[in-house]
Amino acid sequence: MDNIFGFKLSPSSTIDMDKVDFTLFDKLHELEPDAWKCMACGSCSATCPAGTFSGMSLRKVLHCLQRGKQKEAVNMLRCCMLCGKCSIVCPRGINTRHLILSICKLYKED
Amino acid sequence: MKQNIVIVGGGIAGLEAAKRLLRLGYRPIIVEKQDRLGGHVAQWHCLFPDMTPAGEVVSGLIRDTAEANIFLETEISFMNRLRDGYNIMLSNGISVIARAVLFTTGFSLFDAAKKEEYGYGVYDRVITNGDLEHWFNTGSDKRVDGGEIRAMGFVHCVGSRDEKARNSQCSKVCCITAVKQAIEMKKKFPDAAVYCFYMDLRMFGKKFEDFYISAQRDYGIRFIRGRVSEVSEDIDGRVVVKAEDTLAGKPVKVKLDLLVLMSGMVCGRDTESLASMLRLPVDTDGFFKSRNNVSAVVQSPLEGIFYAGACTGPKTIPETLAEADTAALEIVSFLYRS
Repeated sequence: MDNIFGFKLSPSSTIDMDKVDFTLFDKLHELEPDAWKCMACGSCSATCPAGTFSGMSLRKVLHCLQRGKQKEAVNMLRCCMLCGKCSIVCPRGINTRHLILSICKLYKED
Repeated sequence: MKQNIVIVGGGIAGLEAAKRLLRLGYRPIIVEKQDRLGGHVAQWHCLFPDMTPAGEVVSGLIRDTAEANIFLETEISFMNRLRDGYNIMLSNGISVIARAVLFTTGFSLFDAAKKEEYGYGVYDRVITNGDLEHWFNTGSDKRVDGGEIRAMGFVHCVGSRDEKARNSQCSKVCCITAVKQAIEMKKKFPDAAVYCFYMDLRMFGKKFEDFYISAQRDYGIRFIRGRVSEVSEDIDGRVVVKAEDTLAGKPVKVKLDLLVLMSGMVCGRDTESLASMLRLPVDTDGFFKSRNNVSAVVQSPLEGIFYAGACTGPKTIPETLAEADTAALEIVSFLYRS
């Protein structure tokens, strides 16, 4: 139906933590206990050669997974080239390449 | 000449200074307004970063100061300066002429009810960090025991870094206290989701950062960067917490069974009245003003008046104890000089 009023309602952008399913994220923790250590400093994203062009950001990927936005996370990861620069800069010493591969294993639909 | 030293406040700063003075051969007088010694620390359960029982610290200090003159349930009625000392009238009718006075009057915990949007005293399942420690100690608080805890949260910076609450200072120890309490709660309720709503995490002390990493990695505490904007109660009595997830740039909400407000340290209630008796300056944060905030923290601008502990600003326990020792040494060298 056409919108005869000239305006429409946007869906709420609020993240409802009560509706987030943590089953997969908890499984990820079993595989990669260090995944929870991220303190969102952004070093990985700043150094990421793919990030500049594609919006790939490991910080955002981890954050999305914790907020139930798995699709967004998986989409971002498609642009990762597994170059491993992020693992060099991570101050918390997270093995980011290994973490990315584990996320792919757990979350990838195809 | 009799050289009396009066210590105002029987918390850990006052006790530590008294212990040191006793060992140096002096017999200080401790004036404590409450009916017990140990101040705030005596009501705490365990201390970061090694989970030392607070009672152990306090009872050790009380044992070491048994020789001091201790007046409980006593306040300072008035004080005035003499040519070379101070005349102090106590509320129990005793008056003392002291050569040196050490203020260890400490801090007050911010009254969380002033932040109305968090609903302390309004909603049944909102408590403060102090209430939680009390529950750790006694095991009884109907706000905590009221029902199953599936999800709970901590709100950092309640009344701290808040100009509207008239406390622009950082209360320094609440970040690590929240992380400590979150871990303790996760141990008690392993299946519960535990959230921390923070603006920054200021993990400045020895092993604090390790504590934070362990909270993330080993206990799965969920840290959400954003100050809680409002808390409301739903039909089941659970609290709905709203904040902005500033890392996502999106609003976030969550329903919790228990919300703990991290009340900060604010200047002690008596600071102003005590300061006005001797016309001592009060700093911009409402705490006593040291002679120099870098090089003479335990000295006041007045000869013979000293400070130790949280009466000059928020401090950790080791900092307080170190300051009390410094103050004791300063007092002794002052007495030698004069």
